[in-house]
Amino acid sequence: MGIAINKAGNGDKIFSYITLIFAWSIPALLFSLFLSLMVSGWPAILNNGPGFFVRSVWDPVAENFGVLPFIYGTIISSLIALVIAVPLGLGTAIYLTEISRGKTGDWIAQMVELLAAIPSVVYGLWGIFVLGPIVANIIGPMFSGTLGFIPIFSGPVYGLGMFSGGVILAIMILPTLVAVSREVLMTVPNNLRESAMALGTTKMETVTLAVLKPAWPGIMGAIILGLGRALGETMAVTMVIGNRPQISPSIFAPAYTLASVIANEFTEASSHVYLSTLIEVGLVLLLITVIVNGIARMLVWKMKQI
Amino acid sequence: MENEANIKIFKLRKLKEKLFLYGVFSAALIAVVPLISILAYVFFQGISSLNLDFFTSLPVPAGEAGGGIANAIAGTFIIVLLACVVGLPVGILSGIWLAEYGEGKRGFVIRYTNDVLAGIPSIVIGIFIYAIFVLAMRRFSAIAGGVSLAIIMIPTITKTTEELIRMVPISLWESALALGISQWRVTWYVVFRTAWSGIFTGIMLAVARVSGETAPLLFTSFNNQFWNFAVDQPMASMTVQIFNYSISPFNDWHSKSWGASLVLVAIILMITLTVRRFSKRIYYG
Repeated sequence: MGIAINKAGNGDKIFSYITLIFAWSIPALLFSLFLSLMVSGWPAILNNGPGFFVRSVWDPVAENFGVLPFIYGTIISSLIALVIAVPLGLGTAIYLTEISRGKTGDWIAQMVELLAAIPSVVYGLWGIFVLGPIVANIIGPMFSGTLGFIPIFSGPVYGLGMFSGGVILAIMILPTLVAVSREVLMTVPNNLRESAMALGTTKMETVTLAVLKPAWPGIMGAIILGLGRALGETMAVTMVIGNRPQISPSIFAPAYTLASVIANEFTEASSHVYLSTLIEVGLVLLLITVIVNGIARMLVWKMKQI
Repeated sequence: MENEANIKIFKLRKLKEKLFLYGVFSAALIAVVPLISILAYVFFQGISSLNLDFFTSLPVPAGEAGGGIANAIAGTFIIVLLACVVGLPVGILSGIWLAEYGEGKRGFVIRYTNDVLAGIPSIVIGIFIYAIFVLAMRRFSAIAGGVSLAIIMIPTITKTTEELIRMVPISLWESALALGISQWRVTWYVVFRTAWSGIFTGIMLAVARVSGETAPLLFTSFNNQFWNFAVDQPMASMTVQIFNYSISPFNDWHSKSWGASLVLVAIILMITLTVRRFSKRIYYG
């Protein structure tokens, strides 16, 4: 009897150790990811110095690298995405949680979720052949014709450029925005809604006063989570943003992002420093997305504790 | 007088409400438009390039007629299979540990790093695998592609496994333990089995997701114009093929690109929709 109990005890121990080893492999994986990027990017960090972040030259032949245009392209394209996707996503989430919880709502929720299942490269393909021409022939001329005196709408319109990249990103982060803000809105206790309604508020006032206000940190979290997605998105952006390392005030001009320069040039990097520099770009992208996601998760997490 | 002013304010509030309702409803409608547009385009552009050749023959150089993406279809399956072989044990066992023993500081650290890993752009994971695998092996390989997809899968699988095991009712636990079965057997044979159908759903969704990944494959499994079943050699995949074809100047390659997209989207949507329907039956009776 005693032996049997002992055996069972050992089994428990072995099982818990095995699973523990696998569980610890996750932090180990993350650590080795950081470490290996640091090690492989080190020659470039030495070669490029801190000026890497403020230079806007990208000259692989002379091994003179600056990452400013890529940071600019990454941030501006993501901001365009937020400007488009936040009202749409938040509006959809409000519609789904506050107005229609029936069949129509179910359908819309499922279809928006399906957007997340479409591969990035297919978005890119659609962007090249459908969105690009629409921007070049309809949306672009519309803005530059009427608002062309404002620098961000000025200059010639290219179909493939910053704006198209932003639109694609907006579509791609929409599912995240809707899903997370929907979850956040659902955590708002019902008695807040009821007490607002008891005071005679309209549906709109109920939502803005009693629902959105307490949900605000969580919604900010959803938005920043979407931002994190947009910053790191690669294929679709690479295919539609025009891939030109320049800082242009116009949103219709071609641009370049951190992720797309890696995608385009990694396999063509001929020299050691060039390759190492692209790894350094990856390191910059990694740090930006980790920080942004960290902030987002903190906000959403706080919300769920309420 | 005062009454009239009140009515005016009331009407204004009602008008605002109406605008608000129309606003959020149209937001919801607009949010659906891209999906319909993309699906319709992929279908109508892709359907014309689908024929038997497309599924059974190798790519041909630009300018030659015919040819297909058979090796890319096979390649995607092989790479995703490799990803499962590497990623599933790690994700599932880590999830079990988190659910069963993951209280306190250690659990927090692992949960936190798992979340961080989930937020890392896939292209950065590609660079990582390039640095530790491709440089060491001195060539692009299917196994490097598979491992990079595995790393993308792990955080999702870990999270799903943990959550679903936590959903298993405590009474099941207790009754199994009361029969005198050791703890690990209860976890593995009773709790995990009960949670399995849900975990399987999570796995299939992760598989669907990584089947559409391109960025990490660009410099891990690379591409290959020929048949290859050796995992230590470069291997074609549908996504990389779509990317290469779509940025080429050739019309024939563009239509092949649409065809490949149709096949890929059909596979992914089929997995996603089936699994969703299936899992709904589990959860809601």
